[in-house]
Amino acid sequence: MLEPLVSVSRRRTLAALAALGAGPALAQLRIDIAGVGGTRVPVAIVDFRDESKSPQPIAAIVRADLERSGLFRSVDAPAGLSETSVPVWTDWRARQADALAAGSVSRLADGRLDIRFKLWDVVKGAEVVGEAHAVQPDDARLAAHRIADTIYQKLTGDRGVFATRMAYVTKAGRRFSLVIADADGEGAKVALASPEPIISPAWAPNGRELAYVSFESGKATVRIQDVQTGGRRVLADFKGTNSAPAWSPDGQQLAISLSREGGTQLFVINRDGSGLRRIAQSGAIDTEACYSPDGSKIYFVSDRGGSPQVYRMPASGGSAERVTFGGNYNISPAVSPDGRTLAYISRIGGAFRLSVMDLGTGQAQQISDANDDESPSFAPNGRLIVYASRAGGKEVLMTTTLDGKIKTPLLVTLAEVREPTWGPFTRQ
Amino acid sequence: MKLTRFALPLIAAAALAGCSSAVKLDEPAPVETRTTTPPASTTSQGTTAPAAESRVATVDLNAQYTEQVRDKRVVYFDFDSDAVKEEYRPLVELHAKRLNNNKRLAMTLEGHTDERGGREYNLALGQRRAEAVAKSLTLLGVGGAQVEAVSFGKERPAAQGSGEEAWAKNRRVELKDK
Repeated sequence: MLEPLVSVSRRRTLAALAALGAGPALAQLRIDIAGVGGTRVPVAIVDFRDESKSPQPIAAIVRADLERSGLFRSVDAPAGLSETSVPVWTDWRARQADALAAGSVSRLADGRLDIRFKLWDVVKGAEVVGEAHAVQPDDARLAAHRIADTIYQKLTGDRGVFATRMAYVTKAGRRFSLVIADADGEGAKVALASPEPIISPAWAPNGRELAYVSFESGKATVRIQDVQTGGRRVLADFKGTNSAPAWSPDGQQLAISLSREGGTQLFVINRDGSGLRRIAQSGAIDTEACYSPDGSKIYFVSDRGGSPQVYRMPASGGSAERVTFGGNYNISPAVSPDGRTLAYISRIGGAFRLSVMDLGTGQAQQISDANDDESPSFAPNGRLIVYASRAGGKEVLMTTTLDGKIKTPLLVTLAEVREPTWGPFTRQ
Repeated sequence: MKLTRFALPLIAAAALAGCSSAVKLDEPAPVETRTTTPPASTTSQGTTAPAAESRVATVDLNAQYTEQVRDKRVVYFDFDSDAVKEEYRPLVELHAKRLNNNKRLAMTLEGHTDERGGREYNLALGQRRAEAVAKSLTLLGVGGAQVEAVSFGKERPAAQGSGEEAWAKNRRVELKDK
């Protein structure tokens, strides 16, 4: 078994990222598509010419990405085409493809791969887009995801999230791991291994750091870790409990929940640990802060009205207004990138269920019928939510469209998974 | 600690304070300053014997309290509640006596919840429970610096599984020496 990036028990920082092997002792993340709704656009993705020059199967990755989105289905695509070909439209229409993509892989003199592709609209019989990606062989998978993103964007109008990453926490016995994986579940790397719980991971907006809560010192403290180097620092270790880090959209400060002045109250702190200031005063529990995408407001959970509900106040503090009104237990707010939708967890008759609210109309809707949903997080294109749920007695991660119609479970075969958080578009 | 240096001021303090319990050697004398020049050895000789007895008595009390709380280190809570129930009053009083008797003793009060509900909100609920026990102690004279209330929320259950039997065992505050 390869070393995790940071192991708390060893108290040292390793310079290199280590990949999770597929060994029996480790969790493996696999994608399983179930319950697809709606019409899926048929696309033909031809195996790229000379694809064997790439360490990763480009066309297969693109097909899997598009299928997993729930919006596309692959049709039969015999090899022989590349981006320089002129497709025979009657052939492709006969195969019932609406769109066609083909490409090639070649090696450049400096050792990099030159991956090219073209996308055609079969119905119109016209070229849509063509691209060339020059990448190190190690980045072949990333190039494939970027090609899938381009195809997705051209055919749906929305930016694709196939090249993004997720962070989540796994628990196997008494071992907790903070894991970073690609959005398709591949390439999982352990960023932190610890014998004590890890909760509430939060990506910095630039994707270079993760904040999280670690219990390694015997109580909850907030830490920040560089994703590339594994270098860690303590952000908040005040008297009592330190938790619920949330980055401001400009990445310069974090909202955190501290008990240092009694109770659990909201504070803001600069990313370097300076400038601590309290932003709300209530005799209640105030926690789970979440900035609006324009940075002007903070959504948070408070039980100042007698039971936990979602509130909203100016980001620098000030009078709060209540946002959730249905039921007596609404927690874990997440705001969509366009600021228009709130995802949260609502307790309905004893079951904890993922819900969404249109922030303009206040209209709320429960979009899950499971019993133990937790910690929703929006994809950076605002089209999907990842959340933790329970299926077959095990903790699992799920992604769902905002209307709840297309849900995709991400299966973890050995460990429990929880606390997912979707990374930003920028991949460093 | 040197008996000869402090015995005289402390005996004086004990007399002034009218203490009937053992002299607390690690508390500063209320009227004398610590910079008082030490008494001549001949005068202190006569006072060493009673001071030595008091010191032995204090150490015994410390060990005695520690033994008494050995199996009284958990307070359990009702669902959705942070009220320290009446049945735990003797436990709280015992810990207060122990902490008041030894001001150098510090404890961590670890609050927990059962598994139901969100992680961060439960972290805050556990914190509330730990602070409720801390308040019960400080109301009995324990110094705020002697107790730190922290929370594990639902992250460290004492009993695995679901159902009221397990849940009841997890809604607790553990009192631990630092």
